[in-house]
Amino acid sequence: MLNLIITGVGGQGTVLLSRLIGQAALDKGFDIRGSETIGMAQRGGSVVSHVRIGADILSPLIPPRGAGLIIAFEPGEAVRALPFLATRGAMVVFDRPVNAVTSALGGGAYDAAAMLTYLRARVGRLTVVDGARTIAACGGAKAINVALLGVAAAGGLLPFDRAEAERALRARIPARLLDINLRALDFGAALAAEAPRERDGP
Amino acid sequence: MERRLLMGNEAIALGAVRAGVTCVTGYPGTPSTEILETVARQKDGRIYVEWSVNEKSALEVAAGAACAGARAMVTMKQVGLNVASDPLMSLNYVGVRGALVVVVADDPGPISSQTEQDSRHFGLFAKLAVFDPSTPEEAYLMAADAFACSEAQGRPVLLRPTTRVCHSYASVTLLDELPRRAPEGFHKDGGRWVIFPRLSYQNHLKIESELRALSDAFSAYPHNALTGRGRLGIAAGGVSYPYVREALADIQVDCKLLKVSTVPFPEALGLSFLEGLDEVLVAEELDPVIEDALLRLCGRRGLRAVVRGKGTGDMPNAGENTVAGVRLAVRRFLGLPAPEGGEAAKADGEAGEAPSPPARPPVLCAGCPHRGAFFAVKEAVGRRRAVYSGDIGCYTLGNAPPLDMVDTCLCMGAGLTMAQGLGRVEPDTLHFAFIGDSTFFHTGLPGLVNAVYNGADVILCILDNGTTAMTGHQPHPGIGRTASGAAAPRVDIHALVSSLGVTALARVDAFDLPAAKRAVAAALGTRGVRVILFEGPCIAVDRGGAPCAVDGDACTGCGRCLRQLGCPALARAADGRAAWIDPVLCTGCRLCAALCPVSAIGGGGRPC
Ligand code: SF4
Ligand code: SF4
Repeated sequence: MLNLIITGVGGQGTVLLSRLIGQAALDKGFDIRGSETIGMAQRGGSVVSHVRIGADILSPLIPPRGAGLIIAFEPGEAVRALPFLATRGAMVVFDRPVNAVTSALGGGAYDAAAMLTYLRARVGRLTVVDGARTIAACGGAKAINVALLGVAAAGGLLPFDRAEAERALRARIPARLLDINLRALDFGAALAAEAPRERDGP
Repeated sequence: MERRLLMGNEAIALGAVRAGVTCVTGYPGTPSTEILETVARQKDGRIYVEWSVNEKSALEVAAGAACAGARAMVTMKQVGLNVASDPLMSLNYVGVRGALVVVVADDPGPISSQTEQDSRHFGLFAKLAVFDPSTPEEAYLMAADAFACSEAQGRPVLLRPTTRVCHSYASVTLLDELPRRAPEGFHKDGGRWVIFPRLSYQNHLKIESELRALSDAFSAYPHNALTGRGRLGIAAGGVSYPYVREALADIQVDCKLLKVSTVPFPEALGLSFLEGLDEVLVAEELDPVIEDALLRLCGRRGLRAVVRGKGTGDMPNAGENTVAGVRLAVRRFLGLPAPEGGEAAKADGEAGEAPSPPARPPVLCAGCPHRGAFFAVKEAVGRRRAVYSGDIGCYTLGNAPPLDMVDTCLCMGAGLTMAQGLGRVEPDTLHFAFIGDSTFFHTGLPGLVNAVYNGADVILCILDNGTTAMTGHQPHPGIGRTASGAAAPRVDIHALVSSLGVTALARVDAFDLPAAKRAVAAALGTRGVRVILFEGPCIAVDRGGAPCAVDGDACTGCGRCLRQLGCPALARAADGRAAWIDPVLCTGCRLCAALCPVSAIGGGGRPC
């Protein structure tokens, strides 16, 4: 059984990622259960998806310290989701911060570097994904969800591989967006191959 | 048999399609919206689908179809049922010929709602059967059960999922379609459809005896179930039921478990549950409906079981239940120690204290036209005393600093009418009301007629962004498109307002700050009912153009743009001095450029 938390800022495409992961797992014969944040928080608030893959899953929500994997689209949201992470859980974090209006107003800049430093010290199995490079390679921020799918699937963190992720992509994504998403998936997979050391961690 | 990954709302929609629904109406509202959207996406030529103007209209359209023998469904969120309560209360007395399933989604938390009302109580109040699913799979099956029940009773039935059913997903096994039949058509039936006091008395008697029979039938309903043994018992409903089962999964203590998924309460099943029990714990969200039913049963039968739950403080009275909270309550009830969580806590300690991530409440999107409208009003009003009455939609988020432009928000359509009442007490204050296009059609229009008729002194700002944005961008009467994507006549808001005799009526581009300020200033100079129609597309309708950029050398770092707009794309640059615009978020609306005193912000603008 894999319990997975996907977190980010409303508008970043977390819901589609959880659907793609659910689809790929279903295609492999697993049972799925999960829950989304849909509603007001999607306007730039913190959003969290719960995905549970396995057999005989009861609740759609993951309890604190119950997640074997967290995929975070944003460093601050990664820290916020940490109470969900199991003791030996893994995390994939996209390192590009999304500004919070509350900190811009307070004059105090939101210190994303401090979030990443803390994650590096705290999470043994951490993969930090270079946001600037990903956005450049994927022609914008639209497909970062699929790039993160590539990182996690090719990095062996999900119960299916890159090819199976691609199949889910083809089933769920409209034809006109397929190209850019396949490119993002490949880019993510290549990143996973690049950074095995950090994933093994301290 | 196909297995599909479905969200609870999709499951309800496909369950209704399977049950042969032919007419579906609704008004968008979280967490119910995707039900109707899913039916519309089926492009099933046999089903009529509409987004109605509000929940009352939706229910009445569906009621008409059901009186003509159709299997009809209407969808809404819990507060939508308040709007639709008038037809619903009466319809139960009159009945239907086909079937009418009212899907009303409750929102414990509340996560995206004004209230934590429990629609099971609405079922009790209106004397209707209620089906309360605990998972998407169950919601799929219960949709068909609800249709069958409604058709057999000849009365409307509620299907009441909650957020964690609506917006959770699961692998659902799709079943074959159930037998359909063509609607019989409307039979006049000598006055059966006309509600009159004498008829209502007779129908009331009938309804009460039907409900007693339903309680018996529901004791044998497969989604109400009794398992386990012992002198302790747990009763649960909705998503709390899987939470309880998860809590019990690794426990070896004897305990009975009662699952309740219906109103009326299955009394016979409840009695077998209570038999021999010393204590009961009830896990349910919102109101203690199951708890009260068990207490009533104990009282009526002289049973001695102690019933613990919301009434005894063993379960929370407000907010949603959590896996961890239910686990703790269950273990405490069974006399077991709290689950441990020490190891991860140790890991926290080694890495030092966690930095606190920034608070991230929902905000108006970068490039949202509402920001322009609010800011223009704020600037034009200046230091004069004004009260800003808000309404329900994305623009409720105009309450947050730095805009701080929402002083009241009550329910759909209340902003304009509350502003009128405020004005009767404080005539020397400026009274503004803000309302979105979809909300204006929903219940804003009667308030405007009221203002005109009674000579109110208000300034109504209609924020027309060309969509029902908050619920995920559904069409409405002002757009020219129906729920199924077909072309429709467009109700012109400007012409509509003007037809009411409002002469102080202006129409401005929400992104054109100088023009918008002029329009507000002109309204300030007169009295009576003044309406300003702010037009500007939601970024989901029109993503805008290239992002703006700050010229770091020209920017003095005064922070005016940051402090006044609250646009999420605006931040300080890494050097902590100049402003910086996140090109990923910025839509180039140029609002910030318009208020930069040194013109340091360039680029952007909408493509023509
Ligand atoms: S979804 Fe549209 S209307 Fe809502 S905040 Fe965003 S831009 Fe504004
Ligand atoms: S132009 Fe300015 S106000 Fe408009 S979206 Fe970009 S940063 Fe925000």
